[in-house]
Parts: sequence; C-alpha cells; structure tokens
Amino acid sequence: MYYIGLVVEYLKNYMKTRLTYRADFWVEVVSDLLMQASNLIFIFVVFGHTNTLGGWSEAEVVFVYGFFMVPFGLFSCFVNLWNFSERYIVKGEMDRILTRPAHNLFQIFLENIDPPGLIGSLIGLIIMVISGGQLGIELLWWHIPVLILFAVSATLIYTGIYITLTSLSFYSDSPTGIIPLMYNIQNYGRYPVTIYNRAIQFLLTWILPFAFVGIYPASLFLGRTEMTHMAWLTPVMAAIFLTIGLTSWNVGVKKYRGAGS
Amino acid sequence: MLSVYTDFIRIRFLTMLAYRVNYYSGILIYMLNIGVYYFTWQAIYGDKGEIGGFTASQMTTYIAVSWMARAFYFNNLDREIATDIRDGSIAIQFIRPYNYLFVKMMQGFGEGLFRFTLFMIPGMLLALLLFPVRLPTDPLAWIGFLVMLFFSFLINSQLNILTGLMAFFVENNEGIMRMKRVVVDLFSGLVIPISLFPGWLSSIMQWLPFQAITYLPGSVFTGRTKGTGILEVFGIQLIWFFALLIPIFFTWRAARKRLFVQGG
Repeated sequence: MYYIGLVVEYLKNYMKTRLTYRADFWVEVVSDLLMQASNLIFIFVVFGHTNTLGGWSEAEVVFVYGFFMVPFGLFSCFVNLWNFSERYIVKGEMDRILTRPAHNLFQIFLENIDPPGLIGSLIGLIIMVISGGQLGIELLWWHIPVLILFAVSATLIYTGIYITLTSLSFYSDSPTGIIPLMYNIQNYGRYPVTIYNRAIQFLLTWILPFAFVGIYPASLFLGRTEMTHMAWLTPVMAAIFLTIGLTSWNVGVKKYRGAGS
Repeated sequence: MLSVYTDFIRIRFLTMLAYRVNYYSGILIYMLNIGVYYFTWQAIYGDKGEIGGFTASQMTTYIAVSWMARAFYFNNLDREIATDIRDGSIAIQFIRPYNYLFVKMMQGFGEGLFRFTLFMIPGMLLALLLFPVRLPTDPLAWIGFLVMLFFSFLINSQLNILTGLMAFFVENNEGIMRMKRVVVDLFSGLVIPISLFPGWLSSIMQWLPFQAITYLPGSVFTGRTKGTGILEVFGIQLIWFFALLIPIFFTWRAARKRLFVQGG
C-alpha cells in the first residue's frame, strides 16, 4: 500500500514538472515514435524486395515488432537505469536514496519514471491488431491474459538484465559503456532468431535472452508450433533473470561505500 | 590567427585520447550493428542475385563501410552547442576573439581525427576479419572515398550545428536533436541504401542533403560508382556543403540578436 502511495505521489510530481514544458513532452513522444517508425520502415522496405525473412512473412515480422513494442514501452516507462552510474554513484545521489525507508531500487525507478514510453506500448498493440487481422488470427479467450503475462514477463527479463549490468557500477566506478552495448544487442531480438548463426541464437536465447522479448512469445499468437515451448518459457526466464538482477543489485548495494570526500 | 584554430583541433584530439577506453566498447557496438544488418540482409538475399542494384557481397561491404564511416563523422556538436546556449556560457564565447561556430567545427575535426585513427581504422580491420567485406582495388575509389568521407564529416557537422543552434529559438531542443539523429541515420542510407527505398521515397531523398553523408561515399567504396561518376557524386556533396552554409549564416545572425542569458 505504502509503495502504491509513493507511485501516485511521484506521478503527481512528474505531471507538475511536465506541464511546465508541455511542448517538450510532445516533442519527446514524437521523437521516440520516430525511432520505432524507422525500424518499421526498415521492415517494410525489406519486404518490398523479398517475400519471406527466414521463413517469416511481412505481416508476421510486423506482428512480432508490435509485440516487442509493448514490453519495450513498459520497460522504458518504469525502468530507466540509463546514466545510473553518473547520476547516482559519481554524484553521490545514492547516499540520499539509501537514507530513505523505501527500497532503494524502487526509488530509483520512481525518480526516473517516464510515462510517455507507454504510448509506444499502445502503438505496439495497435500494430498487433492490424497485422494480426491481416494474418487472419482470431482473438481467442486466452489471448489477452497470456499477452499480459508475456508482456510483463518480457519487461521483467529486460529489467533483470539491466539491473544486473547496472549493479556492476557498484564495483567499478568508471562508466563502462556496457548499457549502450545492450541497447544494440537487443536489436537482434526483433527479427526471427533463426536467421542468425548458432552462436548468436544461443546468446540471444540463454545468455542475454532478448529473443524472449520479441520473437518467442509473439510466435505463440502466430500459431508457430515450432516455438511454442520456447514461448511458454518466457515467464520462467523472467523469474530467473529478475532473481539474478535483484540479487546482484542487493549485494552491490551492500558493498557500496559512497563517493564521499 | 590560424594557429588559434589549429590549437582547438589539437586540444580536442588530446582530450579524446584521454578517454579512449570509452571507445573500445564503441567498436564492439558498431560490430554488433554491422552484424544485425549483415545477418538480416543475408537472410533477405537468400538466392537472389541483386536487390536495388546491390549484390549480396556489395551489400556486406556497404553496411560495414557505412557504419565505420559513421564512427568517423559522428559527433555531438549539436549537444555541445545546445548546452552552451542553455547554461549561458555562450555569452562568454561571444566576447572571445574568434568565431564560435568555426571553433566548434575545429573541435569537431579534432574529435574526427581521433575517431578516424582510433575508432574507424581499427573497427574496419575488425570488420574485415568478421565479415566478408571486399575492399576496393581501384586506387581512384580509395581517393574518391577518402575525400568524400571528409565531406561527409563536414556536412554532418553542418547539420549538427544547425540543430544545436535551434536551442536559441526553443527552450529545450532535446527532442529535435533526437529526431535529427534518427532522420540522418535513416535518410543518409545508413540503415537502408537509398536505391532500395520505394521509387517515390528515394526520389525525395535525392533532393535532401542526407544522402551525401553515407550513401554517396558508400557507393564509391563498393564500386557502384566509378570513373567520372565519382566526380559527379562528389559534386553533389560540394553543392550541399556550400548550400548548407547559407542557413547556418542566417540562423547564426538571427540567433545573436535573440540571445538572452537567464540569471547571472
């Protein structure tokens, strides 16, 4: 209850600061969407020259991308660890966080909450509906609960990976550039993993499981039976990676000594 | 007077050198980007011989050289200028006895020199090992590419300067800067070569300056543009370089009249 109250308070604050710069808000939304649009343009242009990509049709690839946008939007709204090292460790903001009663990671998430990200999720849903319609997918009763389960799981996989990597900054104080690296690796997850070579497929499935944020869960709705078992692993992977993330974070916080001078 | 400006090149180069470790991961990031497009295009080509005038092997070379060219010409001049404007330090820049924009360009060039020697060249060597990239054999292609690469840097920096100067007119140009980045990556042909876009779109892009940044030098490097064709595409770059000076001149003039520094 206490935590829900905090979310409401932070959101109120967020609205207040945002309303001061209303134009910025929309420019930010548009620029985020443009980024997604350029990825979609890539897909459309590619399918202007071919009918299948590794055995997947245009509508299927677009559907997968639509699914990907949902957890990605949730993630960019609630989990923003970009610049954590500079903001919290180098500037010593982490000390302030630790003196407060709520869990430190939760506070950091709240301080960086970014609701415009959710617009991406919404557009992702619309894309899924449109391309799903083109593919003649009928909406079944289990689709919606499973979609929610998979979207949340995929978001948690992202969260787990990024918490793990961010917690490295408790051990080393130089910004390592690992996070931008991840932002690029996740691009691989948007396309059918079967087009990559074995090593990359293995990497995207078991080590940095970005394939669980796009192609695997989405394949269930597309009726791709060859990936069904992988799709159902999504919540399991989420549990595993979130546990790894939270554990390494908590250990890291224990080791944290402050930037102090 | 000229030595003042060359000093800016030197200082920025040395500053970048001090932080060179940050760029090692940059090389890896670029390899990943080349990889994702390489595999996607491989899957698209399948058994097709040619798409949009590119053979599969030319496409690989094009992707690799385009990303490595970006490793060179990319800079954050837009962000630097916007920061100077927002925190008011631009006022000090105005009273100094040099041309601010020219200094920025020089600093960008210092960064470019660093990126060329410690980012692009090692990156290209790594790309040669990892992907079946084919280097041009024609010396003209090399000369043409290197000259055009320099102009890619100039044109990209000009666009960055223009975007940065927008901070004079809107309070927060963060969104504009992000949009510019997406537009440059997409319309310059980095993500998709211009000739692959649907007809109407590629004919629009031929009238925009972005193709001069990636697509034209890339065509020379892959050998799709040869002989006198190189001079033609270089001519397009030259035209854009001079054309872009005009909006910069007028924005800069209007901006100086508009300036107000908050607080102080």
